[in-house]
Amino acid sequence: MEAQPANLPAPTASRASLRLPGIGTGVGNGMVVLYLSIVVLLPLAAVGSEAFSLGLGHFWEQVTSPLAVKSLKLTVVCSLVVVVLNGIFGTILAWLLVRDEFPGKSIVNAVIDLPFALPTIVASLVLLTLYGSDSPLGIDIASTRAAVVVALMFVTLPFVVRAVQPLLLEMDREMEAAAASLGAGNFTIFRRIIFPNLLPGLGAGVALAFARALGEFGSVLLFAGGLPDTTVTSVFIRNQVESNNLVGASAVSMVLLLASLLLLGCVSLIQRWSARHV
Amino acid sequence: MGISVEGANKRFGGFQALDDVSIEVPDGSLTALLGPSGSGKSTLLRAIAGLEDLDSGLVTINGENATGKPAQKRGVGFVFQHYAAFKHMTVYDNVAFGLKIRRWEREKISQRVHELLDLVQLPGLADRYPSQLSGGQRQRMALARALAVEPQVLLLDEPFGALDAKVRKDLRTWLRNLHEEMHVTTIFVTHDQEEAMDVAGQLVVMNEGRVEQSGSADDLYEHPANEFVMSFVGEVNRLGDHFVRPHDMEVVLDRDERSQEGLVQRIVTLGFEVRVELVLSDGTEVWAQLTRAELQRLELRESQIAYLRPVQAKSFNGSSPSLPDGASTPLGSRDGGDAGLPAAV
Repeated sequence: MEAQPANLPAPTASRASLRLPGIGTGVGNGMVVLYLSIVVLLPLAAVGSEAFSLGLGHFWEQVTSPLAVKSLKLTVVCSLVVVVLNGIFGTILAWLLVRDEFPGKSIVNAVIDLPFALPTIVASLVLLTLYGSDSPLGIDIASTRAAVVVALMFVTLPFVVRAVQPLLLEMDREMEAAAASLGAGNFTIFRRIIFPNLLPGLGAGVALAFARALGEFGSVLLFAGGLPDTTVTSVFIRNQVESNNLVGASAVSMVLLLASLLLLGCVSLIQRWSARHV
Repeated sequence: MGISVEGANKRFGGFQALDDVSIEVPDGSLTALLGPSGSGKSTLLRAIAGLEDLDSGLVTINGENATGKPAQKRGVGFVFQHYAAFKHMTVYDNVAFGLKIRRWEREKISQRVHELLDLVQLPGLADRYPSQLSGGQRQRMALARALAVEPQVLLLDEPFGALDAKVRKDLRTWLRNLHEEMHVTTIFVTHDQEEAMDVAGQLVVMNEGRVEQSGSADDLYEHPANEFVMSFVGEVNRLGDHFVRPHDMEVVLDRDERSQEGLVQRIVTLGFEVRVELVLSDGTEVWAQLTRAELQRLELRESQIAYLRPVQAKSFNGSSPSLPDGASTPLGSRDGGDAGLPAAV
């Protein structure tokens, strides 16, 4: 390793030369692949092979069975509703946290991460206590589709806020001044200047929130229950496993997996696009 | 006509950014606001543009009271130090922005944008994004964007501050030529006195939120109103109460009744110009600006004794370094006392 002057941080290019002590590049790469294989790739492959173990026709049959389709529809529709709502309110929240001063701002800022940290089953219990049959507010939405939406809103709230917030913080405020001096009113400034610059963060936040909502299990379980009308896909998969239909469970899992991969692809496309223009 | 500001005050918390500032900018002129950072020059510019509200004071643009008007309605083109490029838009869309707001027809916009891109020497770059341009190109794009809406006045806030020295010099020549062609009333802010003198017809020197002096570059250099202006516009040595420009310091080898003894500490040759740094018997450090020929004639060496004779000096005794409160500074000059040839201090 080349010595760097003490007062200068090592340039990025030389990062490749920094290695864990005693481990060569080949060994390091091998370990990464092995670790990824054991933790991620092998289990995925196992589910994949299980899903197709009785042939493509059987896979298709499982995926298109009325109950599977119903749960997938419910999950996708609820997730869409949730990300639209969180896209709007998450952006507003991020805006308030960055541009406004109000008492208790740092508390609000901290509370936003709570859904990340809170065990989802606890979240489910909290929501059940608040909006269940014993609701102190007199609002009982437990075991309804509304409950699915509320539970998913709760767990996906931080995604949009945390994706939009840094973009707002780093945004060049002079762009807004420039637009104003060119005659643009506040609404035009937001629509033509601010919003397009938030779009990469908003897109990535929404995509991640959508991916999370598609697979959410714990927070939906207690609050929305497993009634025929509120069975989201993850609960459906659990039911299939319990009734010993491992192939069916794996088949529907593959659909969720594919959706997640697609969304991850979207996120990386958005990030590449914004890296080119910003 | 032109721009006038009367009695402008602006406070940011405990910091008085503008302290009863009044300036007068003639129609069609190119004026520089010159001052060190924190002198209030940018705040004044932003107040004229409506990007900053004044606590008190009056802004008049082309005879019309603009004081309470929002930035959108002032007809001001503004250019920012860090370009403020709309980075999600192409060069074309950046320049067209103000025209689209004004609902111009598509063909007219296209024609105007291409005219402007030719004017700022960026033809063929319409489809690029700002991130694909160099700093100088970005600033020229920002200028085209500001000029597109045919502003009544053009305000530039340290427009070349973020550019390297070579591009700076090219752009300021170019800005001067552009102003010759367009004759739009222009104010530009800078902390670089050479840049101000090079580009602007008249200068307003600011310090600590106040206007110290306004006038032509020659006025300010020859007749500085106070110590601050004298030392900010050009180099200066202080000899007791007197201020002497380095080129007004004559270095001789023989003592006489008007000269002061000094020890030559360092001789720096900068091409044609030579800096001779001396320390006087009372410990004062001064420097004299000589030509190469003069140095060779004197055969000056470091660590030798030489004698200094100020050819011309100024003193500002009796006048405080800043102007009295409420004084509007007319263009022209406030002359400091010209001390002629003082005896050795």
